[in-house]
Amino acid sequence: MELLTILLEIGQGLAGLGAGAAAIGAGLGVGRIGGSALEAMARQPEMAGDLRTNMIIAAALVEGVALFGAIICLLVALG
Amino acid sequence: MSTRFNLLLLTLGLLVGHVTTAQHDGHESTESHEFEGVHELEEEAGFDPSPFIIHHVADAYDIHLWGEGESALHIPLPVILYSEEHGLDVFMSSAFHGHGEVRHTEDGRYEMAHGHISLAGSHDHNHAHEEGHDHGHSHEATLYDFSITKSVFGMLFIMALLLFLFGRAAASYRKNPGQAPTGLTNVLEPLVIFVRDDIAVPSLGEKKAQKFLPFLLTVFFFILFANLLGLIPFIGGFNITGTVGITAVMATFVFLLTTLNGNKHYWGHLFWPPGVPVFVMPIIIPIEIIGMFLKPIVLMIRLTANITAGHIIILSFVSLVLIFGESSAAAGYGVGIFSTAFMIFMYCIELLVAFLQAFIFTLLAAIYFGEATHEAHH
Repeated sequence: MELLTILLEIGQGLAGLGAGAAAIGAGLGVGRIGGSALEAMARQPEMAGDLRTNMIIAAALVEGVALFGAIICLLVALG
Repeated sequence: MSTRFNLLLLTLGLLVGHVTTAQHDGHESTESHEFEGVHELEEEAGFDPSPFIIHHVADAYDIHLWGEGESALHIPLPVILYSEEHGLDVFMSSAFHGHGEVRHTEDGRYEMAHGHISLAGSHDHNHAHEEGHDHGHSHEATLYDFSITKSVFGMLFIMALLLFLFGRAAASYRKNPGQAPTGLTNVLEPLVIFVRDDIAVPSLGEKKAQKFLPFLLTVFFFILFANLLGLIPFIGGFNITGTVGITAVMATFVFLLTTLNGNKHYWGHLFWPPGVPVFVMPIIIPIEIIGMFLKPIVLMIRLTANITAGHIIILSFVSLVLIFGESSAAAGYGVGIFSTAFMIFMYCIELLVAFLQAFIFTLLAAIYFGEATHEAHH
């Protein structure tokens, strides 16, 4: 195999690792958001509605970044 | 022969291994899997999940119900093409003859290769889109493609469905004013109230919510119904909200509404954020301006990627069965049981995601509108 093809193969493998890393980051982020929101809801159940909305917004923002990573990995893997 | 990592790795974080892509050697496998009705087996010596998944997630010129090759059941959709050479041409996608990667129309004018239509003879691959803003960089001829593709058909279907459902609901309110809702209206009213009370009013305030509610409700119900249509098996696997063109248009509307409704306060925050030291301004202002464009772009990518990822995961479970089924039938059945269980689990999650993504898109749109129209009080 030529060097270039080997490098391309490695690049595709790294794209997969990148997707994994993005998933780890997003998992940590969303986990923290969910955990903190649950704690806050347990403390002040009357605020549960507001907290849930804000939790979803924050989770969506974190997830957006992770999806950027996933999309870039997808482009590398397919390109 | 090339070994490569495949999409499974990307979506599941699972290393399925180096799937060998073998060449087409004309060795046709006789068995035709009709898993889930819509997914077919790539009839090659070695099963390669990447093209299989991409084929099902990507937009197409026909609705592929099931089967492969000669026995495949397709619903053809109209193809509308315009080129300076041939003028406006309208025909059904079944006019493309032959099977395989490259297919031609009978008069030899157009060819379809890898799911893209181009003028026969010109070897550029027009990335034709339904929006028609396609400029194939061919040296001579440009082909404009306004075809009713699978996604466009699904979109029109959802629009018709929404018009019908909400027309019925509105008629029932006119007929029995002040009465408790019945039937269909009973389903729609809680959702409308949810959008109004949980999305629009908290982020926009009572008065401005009325102004933006028509747009928010339209977007919410369009995304929700399009997502749910994509989850119905056996009808061709629509991926409407996973098509970048459609989400891009919705995000553009959000951007336009935000920008056009932006008041003095909003622009002031954008170009001269109050309370920020002057020496930080060269950093803050570009970030704010980039953020203005980035918000709708992320809105677009979030919806597209979420819905497409859901489809890819379910298709990956299908591929898993086919990959293991290749080595032995027993392994195929064994994996098939777990795959099906996981697939049902994923379908349940996708039902949640279908609602959640409609909610998030609408909520963020409402928050952006709220930021743009917020009155200064500090």
